[in-house]
Amino acid sequence: MSFEVALPVIIPLLTGTLCVMLWRYNVIQRVLSIAGSIALLASSIWLFVSVLREGHVVMYMGNWVAPYGITLVADMLSAIMVVLTGMMAVAIAIFSLSSASPSHERFGYYPLMHLLLAGVAGSFLTGDIFNLYVWFEVMLIASFALLILGGERAQMEGAVKYVTLNLLSSAIFLSAIGLLYGITGTLNMADIAVKLGSAEHTGMIDVIAVMFLVAFGIKAAAFPLFFWLPASYHTGPVAVSALFAGLLTKVGVYALFRVFTLIFNQNPDFTHELLLWVAVGTMLTGVLGAAAQFEFRRILSFHIVSQIGYMILGLALFTPLAIIGGVFYIMHHIIVKTNLFLISGITHRLMGTYDLKRLGGMYQARPVLSILFLIPALSLAGIPPLSGFFAKFIIIKAGIEVEAWFVTFIALLVGLLTLYSMIKIWGEVFWKKLPKGVDRAALDEGKTSGSLAVLYVPVVLLAACTLFIGLNGQPIYEFAEFSAAQLLDPDGYIDAVLGGNRP
Amino acid sequence: MEPIMAIVVGLLYAAAIYMMLRRSIVKLVIGLMLLSNAANLLIFTSAGMTRGAPPLIPLGSALPDGAVADPLPQALILTAIVIAFGVLAFAVVLIHRAYNIIRTDNLDQMKDTDT
Repeated sequence: MSFEVALPVIIPLLTGTLCVMLWRYNVIQRVLSIAGSIALLASSIWLFVSVLREGHVVMYMGNWVAPYGITLVADMLSAIMVVLTGMMAVAIAIFSLSSASPSHERFGYYPLMHLLLAGVAGSFLTGDIFNLYVWFEVMLIASFALLILGGERAQMEGAVKYVTLNLLSSAIFLSAIGLLYGITGTLNMADIAVKLGSAEHTGMIDVIAVMFLVAFGIKAAAFPLFFWLPASYHTGPVAVSALFAGLLTKVGVYALFRVFTLIFNQNPDFTHELLLWVAVGTMLTGVLGAAAQFEFRRILSFHIVSQIGYMILGLALFTPLAIIGGVFYIMHHIIVKTNLFLISGITHRLMGTYDLKRLGGMYQARPVLSILFLIPALSLAGIPPLSGFFAKFIIIKAGIEVEAWFVTFIALLVGLLTLYSMIKIWGEVFWKKLPKGVDRAALDEGKTSGSLAVLYVPVVLLAACTLFIGLNGQPIYEFAEFSAAQLLDPDGYIDAVLGGNRP
Repeated sequence: MEPIMAIVVGLLYAAAIYMMLRRSIVKLVIGLMLLSNAANLLIFTSAGMTRGAPPLIPLGSALPDGAVADPLPQALILTAIVIAFGVLAFAVVLIHRAYNIIRTDNLDQMKDTDT
């Protein structure tokens, strides 16, 4: 019995439930939240090691053998994503110790956070397409509630858009599942892949593929379906923004990777060509949107969109090297983006605003924070020797290899424009003098109290991860290579899941 | 039966999208409700509407007698209905809170976070 596949789902569910039961005891909830996150990270590393050893780790729920029961499957991509989920959980749990206000804690901040993590981990590990829908909904309902904690006007406006578009996406996803079930008569992803592989390819399959593309495209904030993201991500509490920025859109990207390598791989001329143009649009609109913004978190939100484009580009090029690049990019991006949001939270704590025009003088007052900002910011822009350089380098090399010149040019251009945005934040927040009329008491006060030090802990840890990936990229590249090899060989996945039941 | 159901499903989708494109936030939520119902009926229809006995296996045998209906789509729909119920309950509370805070039900006036 490979119990380790279920643990990353069970642990956050259990932590969340315990936190609900201890609703009134905030201190215990905090301790539980930290303990649960660390346990999640530990179990995810256990899973990762098993996958590294065995290739695929499969567990049948209730011992109903696939394709009849629900299956949990971990391949390398799932394992990588779950490890990253664990890392983000620990970082956000530590950050929340100081950033979550008592009113947030009173309304169930910790239970919701862990239910969200359970939904994310469940989406990464399930091998059943309807079960994927259920985990998506678990994740969504928790994220809805987290986003509106605090109940300010902007949060309500952002939440209306976020809820509507995500429910629309769920409805499209559900319809696509229904149609797919009508064709194949099964819900197990491996079994669907077998049935579709042997069936005659009809236009209906392309229609369903596009429905999945739209549904996951909304979740992943791909062009032209991303408008809900920059309208809502900057409204929630900052730790929640950071968690969403790191994990939620990447669940959509993961689902795209899974579905378009395993199930809809018969007609890449159509589906992957479409993905290619989606990727180009996503990269360009995201980065141009960021250039127009003057609010810290809003700039970062638009950059999530543009970076999603690179990941989809890796999938769309559909060569081994490109898939490696896509997976590498996801690993690098989750760490860097969460870190940038956390840093924006620290500047907000110091200065009380996210508006670039009212920020400044941070380099003089907080040199350490400035350096900590530069590491993820330059990594996002792809400056060597940080992690983003290798991620971009692999994808662009893959683009040159298949002679997709236009796409490669766009990818390079977007890298440059990302650098522009990051320099804009650097110049406005850290380098320029503090604008006149802004109260700088908080900066001078030397708030080196314990609560601020706690905020620095996850930022330093994540920056260290970025540096590690940048300076020691070889093992990370090998993990990505392993997962790309698995993704491009659906038969391995199918054999692992169906085992002897394969027709 | 299938053609009639297909038309009904299509009409439900059309009505849902029409309602979602209106300016009022209440109509938006009604649109979401119709949309989830349309998706449920679509699963029901596309899985094949067979007239069959309930899928129960008599005591002592390993297979059911004769043709039975596929129970899986109904299980899917049941799950989806429960999920939609929960999510829509949240949406209704959300628009109520949003109305109380923003003091309007017009979506066109909720653009502060857009630009």
